[in-house]
Amino acid sequence: MVFLIFLTTFSILISFFLNREKTYKGVLKGLKMLYGIFPDLILIIMAASVVLSLIPEQIIVDYLGQGSGIGAIATASLIGSVALIPGFIAFPLAAMLKDAGVSLNVLAVFLTTLMMVGVITFPVEMKFFGFKATLLRNSLSFVGAIIIGLLMGALL
Amino acid sequence: MKPKSKAYFKFIFIFVIILSTIVAKSMGNTYAALAQMHFKSFFVEMIIFLPLIFILIGLIDFWLPRSVVEPHIGKDSKIIGSFWIILLAMLQAGPLYGAFPVAAILWKKGASVRNIFIYLGAFSTLKIPMLTFETSFLGWKFSLLRTVITLPIFVLIALALEYFLKSSNFSVKEVKL
Repeated sequence: MVFLIFLTTFSILISFFLNREKTYKGVLKGLKMLYGIFPDLILIIMAASVVLSLIPEQIIVDYLGQGSGIGAIATASLIGSVALIPGFIAFPLAAMLKDAGVSLNVLAVFLTTLMMVGVITFPVEMKFFGFKATLLRNSLSFVGAIIIGLLMGALL
Repeated sequence: MKPKSKAYFKFIFIFVIILSTIVAKSMGNTYAALAQMHFKSFFVEMIIFLPLIFILIGLIDFWLPRSVVEPHIGKDSKIIGSFWIILLAMLQAGPLYGAFPVAAILWKKGASVRNIFIYLGAFSTLKIPMLTFETSFLGWKFSLLRTVITLPIFVLIALALEYFLKSSNFSVKEVKL
């Protein structure tokens, strides 16, 4: 984050020094693009916060803690796909699940779907890539995440 | 497509969520307070992170010509191009929705379909800030194995997407007003 702030400030300064008009246009263009997706993002983070608060961590632990079979993997993949959980919550949660005895393949499926599949962010992704590509990417990532989880469980 | 009615719908939806949260909170519902807390942290992340990314993208758009970028990561680029893309993605941070506009500018500068999706795959699974965090909570063995397994799988996914999208003139749109 600090790096990004530094990089952006530095780029603006260099750019401004080289060509004022280009800098002005570039910054304006970037902010216009941001404005284009802003309402959707607000909606998404609102939905995510409501979902996140309605499903307390204990419930996730309870649900995933039941065995390590197909049922647990299916549940993990569904929660992981729908939820938008930032890393600073997801990894401590995963460590908690591990301590609670959740098997590693369930854990890996949960984390990988969380990273790769985004049901809540689907509308924003669609704006950039179109419906077909977004649907394909998420479906393939869903299958891929399950394969990753199963391999992890088999190898660790 | 009626963008105006869609905007109304969003506005109403946002209003309903805010209103129900306020009502729930005044009735002493703990979930509402929790939701508000989550929203605050998401919002702070978004409001600091996104303007920086978008300003950078805007500047790149004006300074970096397509003719310079395309030979490296375009249709005819070699495997080294994908390597650069993965490296770029790993050095970044932030939520996945921050990667979409970067993908859009990569596309505009001539990146191939394959490399666009390799970028998204690497961004979502191999960001270095995320990996360090993962390692501290789940151990380096877990992270290393996950990285080794995930890398070929998201490359395969990108190749599959390239194949599936070949016929349907795919493009990454720059979202504008």
